[in-house]
Amino acid sequence: MGQRPNQPAPKTWVFRDYIKCAGCRLCEVVCSLKHEGRIWPEASRVRVFMLTPGVEIPHLCTQCSKYPCVAKCPVKALSVHETTGAVIVDNEKCTACGLCITACPGQVPHLHPNRKHIVICDLCGGEPECAKICEKARFNCLIKSTRTSSVNFDLYSKNPEELTPNLAVNLYGEKGEELI
Amino acid sequence: MPYGYTGKIAWANLTTGNITMESPSDEILKKYVGGRGLAVKILWDRFGKRWRSLDPLGPENLLLTLSGPVTGYIPGMRVCVSGKSPASNGIVGSTAGGEFPIEMKCAGFDGIIVEGKADSPVYILATDGKVEIRDATTLWGLDGKETIKMLNKEVRALLKERDKRYGLWKEPAMLYIGPAGENRVRNAVVMQKWTHACGYGGYGAVMGSKNLKALVAKGTGPLPDVANPEKVIAMLTKMDDSVFAGQASNLWGTGAGAYTTGFEASAEPVRNWQEEWHNDDRISVINLETKNWVKRYWADYGCPRACVKLAVVKAGPCKGAIDDNPDYELGAYCGANFGIFNTDEVIYVAAMIDDLGLSGVNSANTMAFAAELFQRGILTKEDLGGIEPKWGDAIAIGELAKLISYRKAIGDVLAEGTYRAAKKISEMKGVDCMQYAVQYKGIEPGAHGIRTGKHFPYLGYALSTQGGDHTSIPRFPVSEAGAAAGDSLVFCNMTGVARGELMWEFLNAVTGYDMTDEKWMNFNGRSIIQIQRAALLLGGPDIVWNPNEDDDNPERWYVPLPNGPFKGIAPKRNDLMEERKKLYQWMG
Repeated sequence: MGQRPNQPAPKTWVFRDYIKCAGCRLCEVVCSLKHEGRIWPEASRVRVFMLTPGVEIPHLCTQCSKYPCVAKCPVKALSVHETTGAVIVDNEKCTACGLCITACPGQVPHLHPNRKHIVICDLCGGEPECAKICEKARFNCLIKSTRTSSVNFDLYSKNPEELTPNLAVNLYGEKGEELI
Repeated sequence: MPYGYTGKIAWANLTTGNITMESPSDEILKKYVGGRGLAVKILWDRFGKRWRSLDPLGPENLLLTLSGPVTGYIPGMRVCVSGKSPASNGIVGSTAGGEFPIEMKCAGFDGIIVEGKADSPVYILATDGKVEIRDATTLWGLDGKETIKMLNKEVRALLKERDKRYGLWKEPAMLYIGPAGENRVRNAVVMQKWTHACGYGGYGAVMGSKNLKALVAKGTGPLPDVANPEKVIAMLTKMDDSVFAGQASNLWGTGAGAYTTGFEASAEPVRNWQEEWHNDDRISVINLETKNWVKRYWADYGCPRACVKLAVVKAGPCKGAIDDNPDYELGAYCGANFGIFNTDEVIYVAAMIDDLGLSGVNSANTMAFAAELFQRGILTKEDLGGIEPKWGDAIAIGELAKLISYRKAIGDVLAEGTYRAAKKISEMKGVDCMQYAVQYKGIEPGAHGIRTGKHFPYLGYALSTQGGDHTSIPRFPVSEAGAAAGDSLVFCNMTGVARGELMWEFLNAVTGYDMTDEKWMNFNGRSIIQIQRAALLLGGPDIVWNPNEDDDNPERWYVPLPNGPFKGIAPKRNDLMEERKKLYQWMG
């Protein structure tokens, strides 16, 4: 597909096929290794929620169109990366007020467990480690893809509590309703 | 303190409500490492002099839930549960996969040890640096799926209440018991995630005896520092890659064995081990994957293998049953063992057993023992509270599981496990039932027969310190110390990536130790096994094993196989007793 002038370059997105998530949390392992230099599940920028067993939901930023988190930040600690479209956190400026969490339709950001700043996926500068390991493992739940205008990415910013009942019924049928 | 550990073990006394913290010495950690080894050391120091009088279901016994230094680092992790076993009266290191040990370590604890007995049902909650005892009155009586559902809600609400600004709280991880453990069924298990059981040893009953419904953990810290980070990361990446390059067990787990171990190896329990061969391929993995699996890959934290699959029965009389694979052990023990060869029905029985918190191996063995007594007219419909457990009747077998879990009718006797039940029913009925009881020192064996001499070694279970545990048997020339290694470092065998020297290289990179295979097999591992052996033979208070009689196979396994390619084959007891002498020498 040809690139029309006056449009920003296609940006990276981590596609998520929830039903395929194995719950291996290798995405959390590689994410925390990349960003923290150690294995640290709660400091990972992607966190896999398992509110009922078998229903695993990788929860990470979807870079939605209006960036309400960036708009809401009172100290301008959040910005949008020019080429990747990722939300970049200025850890020095961030006061860990948590307003971006409530501004986010999916409540994706969370506070760093030990330091006073928010944690948001930075797409690893365009080469997301989570998608790399997920594809390598052939689970293919997280896949690096290119944003196109035909998809409403905002819809993917969802609280796992909203998605869990859907997936539970999808997997377990009507019995799934009793499990949550 | 060596690297890889948080350096802290929490002790919770349920009688007094006191929580204390302990830091094991560097020497003890270095010698016993963690998991099974550390449990053995702690139990022996405390109770060694009066082991025989210690009641495994009394308040004095300990319930230990321990991780190891490599837990969370070697791909595929487990937790090790231990204590004095109400099944064998010895010590078993009983492990299961699941996120509990990761959450526990991230909360700052290498382990949680529970002593005493609560007045009313409680659960233990471990969060960052803190352990508390909380009321579980409303959870008592709930099955596995309900327990997880309610505890998830309660603990997530509590975490949110305590830290409103954090963002969304993930679910905690938990170890829990079902009704079987609450009612002290001697082979009840400690469960994780619906289907993952710390199976051998009967530690579900120990939790039940303490009025302890669950241990719950949610930590936000990192895994502890390691001695050589570059090497650990390089090794774990290489191990992951080697699993990604693999095929078979990623695709099917061990589930394919439910057909092949019977058909090809004649080593599968069929109708309580009356047979070990079958050619019914309805139970083959092709039917599971096309009819029942809704998730082909289901893994625990950091596991590249994902040998677990999620299975659902979507139509027919067993509709609504949800369980994993079943893996080989449960496929065999909840399938062919009951004369069941239909995938829906195997999943139904396995799910019933898992929800109740029975053991899919040990309790299923006891249930098939009961079904055989029914087949022979020794137990009647009246004895069985109106149930007729005919071979192949999954619904009736499911009812039998409830009868045992709630100790109704003869279920109260069967709840004592195969050995104790066989003794009692022999007395009650004036018939020798021991000839139908397939067990080793109170622990029913895994789904791996020995009669052909080609599948599992003749004297493996007989000489094991963990009875019928199929994962911990001496297999000449590798002693049981080899199995004690995995349970002490505490990682999962199923990834198959860390064996022999590689495992020690990894341990050393994490901890800074200088362990070698030779050192472990001759010293550390060996002393763990020797303590386990001493505890097992001291036994008590209700049973003391006699090695002359009990370091032996059950009578049934000297009866020639009745069918299949190995028809007519069985070991001869006299030959094995000669071999046993040699093995005793080898074991030292």
